[in-house]
Amino acid sequence: MSGFVRHRRSKVIHATFPVFEADLLRSLAAQIVELLHNESAIPSATRDPLEAMLDFRGPTTEPEDPVLLRLFPNAYQGDEESAGEFRRFTEGALRDGKSRAAATIIDVLEEAGLPTEPTDEDLTIDVELDQETALVWMRSFTDLRLALGTRLEVEEGDDDYWDSLPDEDPRAQAHHIYEWLGFLQETLVHAVS
Amino acid sequence: MDPGVEQDLSLDMTTRLDTPWVTIVWNDPVNLMSYVTFVFQKHFGYGKKKAEKLMHEVHEDGKSVVSTGTREEMERDVQAMHEYGLWATLSKAE
Repeated sequence: MSGFVRHRRSKVIHATFPVFEADLLRSLAAQIVELLHNESAIPSATRDPLEAMLDFRGPTTEPEDPVLLRLFPNAYQGDEESAGEFRRFTEGALRDGKSRAAATIIDVLEEAGLPTEPTDEDLTIDVELDQETALVWMRSFTDLRLALGTRLEVEEGDDDYWDSLPDEDPRAQAHHIYEWLGFLQETLVHAVS
Repeated sequence: MDPGVEQDLSLDMTTRLDTPWVTIVWNDPVNLMSYVTFVFQKHFGYGKKKAEKLMHEVHEDGKSVVSTGTREEMERDVQAMHEYGLWATLSKAE
């Protein structure tokens, strides 16, 4: 496991993933895409469908899902009206950007040869990113870690807690993935800097 | 035009120009210190030293004022921070 490195002469940022890691990365990115698309941008529990369709405004109330609230935090504290206005004008674009970034991870992995359903477990996937695409990956890794970290309710200095969980605990396994993404992110930041 | 309205408008303009706004980045347990430093360099064009100083303030004091300007400028900075996944808010400078 070596993460991302930048080739000295070509400046291309490079990583080699065992196929199961590439597959995991794709499935995490796909979950972000789904999360951002699933929840309607406009709260619409009991609305007239035509009315909803003709409503072009963005959302003004904060998302209920803590992951979405972390991805789209309130921009104003203690000023609901301004926070709502800010959300109306920004959340749609932020959602699209984050969704496109996650889709870029999936596209790059598949273009690099990740099969739809990997069968050869010895396969490795070589990923090459130019500077701009590396930034997109970096932002999306952040979203993935924010999503996973919020679900797991990670806190500063809680390593002992995670270490104390038995390996077969699904939370421990999810936390390993969270740490792995952190490692990849760290190497990516260094490769880009 | 009602002179009262004009007066209100000019007063409003003065308030807007005189009071600077700030972008505040808050500490969170997820984002890596190296990433936060990188974002400050990339988005604000700060040198590594300044970016690291702000990152340490966020990490140790729980928050840091990372930019100052008009309300509109600060809204753009906050939106950019949210794009990068940093937790940011804006408010009037104290």
